[in-house]
Amino acid sequence: MNIQNYMVLEIPSKSQNEAFARVVVAAFASQLDPTIEEIADIKTSVSEAVTNAIIHGYENSDGIVYIKCSMGEDDIQIEVTDEGKGIEDIEQARQPLYTSKPELERSGMGFTVMETFMDEVEVYSTKGKGTTVVMRKRFTSLKNNKG
Amino acid sequence: MDISSRISGNTLICYIRGELDHHTANEIREYIDYNLENNPVKNLIIDMSELSFMDSSGIGVLIGRYKKVTALGGKTAVVNENKQISKVLEVSGIYDIIFSFPSIQQALNEL
Repeated sequence: MNIQNYMVLEIPSKSQNEAFARVVVAAFASQLDPTIEEIADIKTSVSEAVTNAIIHGYENSDGIVYIKCSMGEDDIQIEVTDEGKGIEDIEQARQPLYTSKPELERSGMGFTVMETFMDEVEVYSTKGKGTTVVMRKRFTSLKNNKG
Repeated sequence: MDISSRISGNTLICYIRGELDHHTANEIREYIDYNLENNPVKNLIIDMSELSFMDSSGIGVLIGRYKKVTALGGKTAVVNENKQISKVLEVSGIYDIIFSFPSIQQALNEL
């Protein structure tokens, strides 16, 4: 990625910041003139990653969620990091319908949504240290517009 | 987020406006459960005409309500969801168990 622009956002792990985070990232991504659907994909994926950080990373206790976005010429990379408990088994966590918190009526579809809505999703996690989710998406509408 | 409801026959119709995410899920869950338990209803229709955003937290809410409604011998439907929400519902496979209709009237006729 040839980085043209970037932004960093740091928010406390409060659920009311989920909406704020996804709107900020969507506003940043809008510089690349994506379609409404592409913006919706970004908003949904950021919402999933930030929610995971708050519920699973910090287990609803106090912590900081870091969001870093880098923009290339027609693509965006979004990193969502928490310094929470980490994921014991990443492969299991990524399975559709798997949730470590069924008592909270979580659907277990967070990673599946991210993987469906973004082009690439990478998960890095260390037990006791935290988790970083890296998501990338290329905006195909740009190419179409340029012909 | 704002939620209200009305009853038509044995069906509870809920109108959710705004956004359904982890932050708003609990209030929606409690509101619907209270109204399912305290009214002579068995079916549930959720009007999503004015719901602008939903993530997988909404899937958890829908599956939980589906289980309650099924236990009452009823059916669950969503009405007029937007494209973003429809994509989340599609990915989760929820259309296999929850019906989708373009209007409340149509949902009432078919449930």
